[in-house]
Amino acid sequence: MIEPNLTAPETHNWTHDEAFMSELRQQMLKFATLQLQDASLAEDAVQEAFIGALKNQQTFGRRSAFKTWVFAILKHKIIDVIRNNQRLVPSSSVQNDDDDQPDLEVWDQQFDDRGYWHLSERPTAWQQPSESASNDQFWEVFEACLEGLPGQYSRAYMMREFIGLSTDEICQELETSENSLNVLLYRARSKLRKCLQTNWIDKGA
Amino acid sequence: MMNCKSTTQLLSQAQDRKLTFIETSGVKLHTSMCKGCRNYGKQMKQLSDLSSQFVKPKPETKSDTLS
Repeated sequence: MIEPNLTAPETHNWTHDEAFMSELRQQMLKFATLQLQDASLAEDAVQEAFIGALKNQQTFGRRSAFKTWVFAILKHKIIDVIRNNQRLVPSSSVQNDDDDQPDLEVWDQQFDDRGYWHLSERPTAWQQPSESASNDQFWEVFEACLEGLPGQYSRAYMMREFIGLSTDEICQELETSENSLNVLLYRARSKLRKCLQTNWIDKGA
Repeated sequence: MMNCKSTTQLLSQAQDRKLTFIETSGVKLHTSMCKGCRNYGKQMKQLSDLSSQFVKPKPETKSDTLS
């Protein structure tokens, strides 16, 4: 008798997908080695990031979401290593990533001097976001927008919206005040909103 | 009256904590007159929903594919 070959949907089985996990590990190693210029430090950072991310693995039904999360942790580990080892010269991408106060002026350009929306920046209604959710292309845009967030923004955002940690827990983890976290989350959400508006909604998708 | 900048800041925080009565009143007054901020507020919730779905997509049910 032939066993029915039930292939579990992507949403449940990816942790057992050795090819996926090993490719992900390779990508992480490549990234970490590039940043740290040291194979064994890179190996350690990847290992720690993996262990850290797997603690919440049951949260992630979608493998690309897990990937985004594990890379956010990895970036943070890399910054830690760089901070603790000043001899290393970090590449500019990680250094910029760690900058908590980027482009205030650019940021504020969506509002006028009195703090009101510029006409061109004013949010317009999103039609049918639920339809987008069943569209694979939408999720590619979503992932790209998340990856476009500066490191601290995306990590705070993912802790809050992916893992569902409370703001107190995130403040502890990031060693930051509630006010700073509010700013991080506000900017993360606003940038994500704007990115989806520009790259999905306005393109009439 | 609150401007769009402070209103959107509170609309973001509303995803994380219960706003005070005064804050809620300020946001309500502003959004009753400002469509941009009204949309921003809706999109904060939509972003949160989309993030949950990104992390945990709803599995397709058989009835969807067969009917």
